[in-house]
Amino acid sequence: MKELKLMKGNEAVAEAAIRAGCDGYFGYPITPQSEIMEYLMYQDPQKTTGMVVLQAESEVAAINMVYGGASCGKKVMTSSSSPGISLKQEGISYIAGAELPCLIVNIVRGGPGLGTIQPSQSDYFQSTKGGGHGDYRLIVLAPSSVQEMADFAGLGFDLAFKYRNPVLILGDGVIGQMMEKVELDEFKPRWTEEEIRRNTPWSTMGKLNNRERNIITSLDLDSHKQEKHVAHLRDKYLEIEKNEVRYEEFQCEDAEYLIVAYGSSARISQKAVELARAKGIKVGLLRPITLFPFPKKPLLNYVGKIKGILTVEMSLGQMIEDVKLAVECKVKVEHFGRFGGIIPTPDEVVVALEKQIIGG
Amino acid sequence: MSDIVTKEQIRRPENLVYSKTKLLTDKALSYCPGCGHGTAHRILMEVIEELNAQEITIGIAPVGCSVLAYEFMNIDMQQAAHGRAPALATAVKRLMPEKIVFTYQGDGDLAAIGTAETIHACNRGENITIIFINNGIYGMTGGQMAPTTLPNMKASTCPYGRDVTTMGNPLRMTELVAQLPGVHFVTRQAVHTPSAVRKAKKALRKAFDLQKENKGLTFVEIVSNCNSGWKMTPVQSNKWMEENMFPFYPLGDIKVDGQLVK
Ligand SMILES: Cc1ncc(C[n+]2csc(CCOP(=O)(O)OP(=O)(O)O)c2C)c(N)n1
Ligand code: SF4
Repeated sequence: MKELKLMKGNEAVAEAAIRAGCDGYFGYPITPQSEIMEYLMYQDPQKTTGMVVLQAESEVAAINMVYGGASCGKKVMTSSSSPGISLKQEGISYIAGAELPCLIVNIVRGGPGLGTIQPSQSDYFQSTKGGGHGDYRLIVLAPSSVQEMADFAGLGFDLAFKYRNPVLILGDGVIGQMMEKVELDEFKPRWTEEEIRRNTPWSTMGKLNNRERNIITSLDLDSHKQEKHVAHLRDKYLEIEKNEVRYEEFQCEDAEYLIVAYGSSARISQKAVELARAKGIKVGLLRPITLFPFPKKPLLNYVGKIKGILTVEMSLGQMIEDVKLAVECKVKVEHFGRFGGIIPTPDEVVVALEKQIIGG
Repeated sequence: MSDIVTKEQIRRPENLVYSKTKLLTDKALSYCPGCGHGTAHRILMEVIEELNAQEITIGIAPVGCSVLAYEFMNIDMQQAAHGRAPALATAVKRLMPEKIVFTYQGDGDLAAIGTAETIHACNRGENITIIFINNGIYGMTGGQMAPTTLPNMKASTCPYGRDVTTMGNPLRMTELVAQLPGVHFVTRQAVHTPSAVRKAKKALRKAFDLQKENKGLTFVEIVSNCNSGWKMTPVQSNKWMEENMFPFYPLGDIKVDGQLVK
């Protein structure tokens, strides 16, 4: 039976992970996402579902625990916020290279450096373009509600195992900290060893006599083999781009202008659309739900139908590059953002739309 | 002609006194001739075979000369990032406590870049076995100074010898982790002579037996040679090791049954 609860985004993703049959969480405290591990420790799922929850000595250790657990075909996850996610990049690159499924949550705070503990969206480049070394992509889900924080835990694991690829939930301090009503899925049992061996024949759970040994590695000293491997990754990413684009449109049918925004910026922009419409401005909102794969085609379809696009991000403007590429620079695209932990207001967005797009 | 003995005549069951464990693959070792890594691999896999544990053992390879350990060990293996093997092993064991889990790490891997992961896995008393190959140098990258490089010992990044006033003193990680309550058994061994090999194998056996009994972390250091990095012949390197490494890294048990020896 589904359950209705009032929860913080951070709590929702933690609870949903337990219910999705997660086997292990490994993390290190950092604001504004510490509630994820605190919630898990308080729930103590080892006693109920058998899920392991471990506080690691660093984000580096935590992501490498995820690497070890994912290598065994287990459903494992970690979470952090921007500075901690930077530390995890080496491990994420190994996980992507070795083609392992896992779930990573980044509740973004303002940077660079130690920055601020207030919300931000300044990790877009890091999240969608690879982040660590080498040619790789993460599947990036951008929740804009507490409900989506919960929904994306299960979806994240499903996509991670479908493609043997790490999945990143890219939230921000607003989504992590705010409380909303959330409908929680029923508890899914964790996979048994037999199920894991069946579902992940590549996993290292011990070499049974009836099969060759399994090796999890991202290394190939033979460059020709490595080239083949990277080409295989490319094909996988193309497949993901073909199948997994998710986005949402709001008041776009008759739109002359478009706002493109994700996460909390999309929530703010939705309000801005209502305010602008009240003033007679025909504007709609396109909210990318997957940031990789990015909704390129849906955006390209607006070329010839709209007069301009405003991207709203809590950053100096990062997603705007993908929007410009998507519309092949055939439409005017401008960025409006607040940054360093400041959240824009809907009114500011309307003013930016009027000045930069309509009047400009 | 008839008194020339053929291979077939020699290879009779009654003449076979030794065979390679099935837990080593047929792949030719990538190690320099004379290097201790190969012997350490062999006794490790012999122990896993004796324990009949091939189906439940998961090994974690490091970054270093033994990065390709998974090519030679016929068990399920994972290849960690440089220094992170104990973090992987922690998760593997926590998620599957019924398995046998080990890491195999060099001194750069374990005692420099992976110091935090090593100490914290030890301190949590993870029920894993850490096998630590200490050759006092970075073998794989061409003989740079390691945290374990001896005072005045030359390496490519300390060509005039390790000056402890500016480069720090060699780190005895094994003595360090022995202090931690979560660590149950700590020993330092070598594999340069037949008797040393026998002792080292016994130590490994003990470590894995203790792991099966859930006693906590077991830690086996093997002081080894790096004849290439030390720029010596294998024979010279073993002699040099006895004369220089063993006084600084004395062989023997350091912690037994959770109690420090001596
Ligand atoms: C993050 C990172 N830094 C540096 C390296 C380069 N590197 C590879 S092996 C190695 C040292 C290995 O030395 P050791 O652990 O002593 O093992 P040995 O080769 O002597 O067996 C280094 C520095 C790397 N692969 N990854
Ligand atoms: S470089 Fe040194 S440690 Fe590496 S295989 Fe050769 S002798 Fe062994």
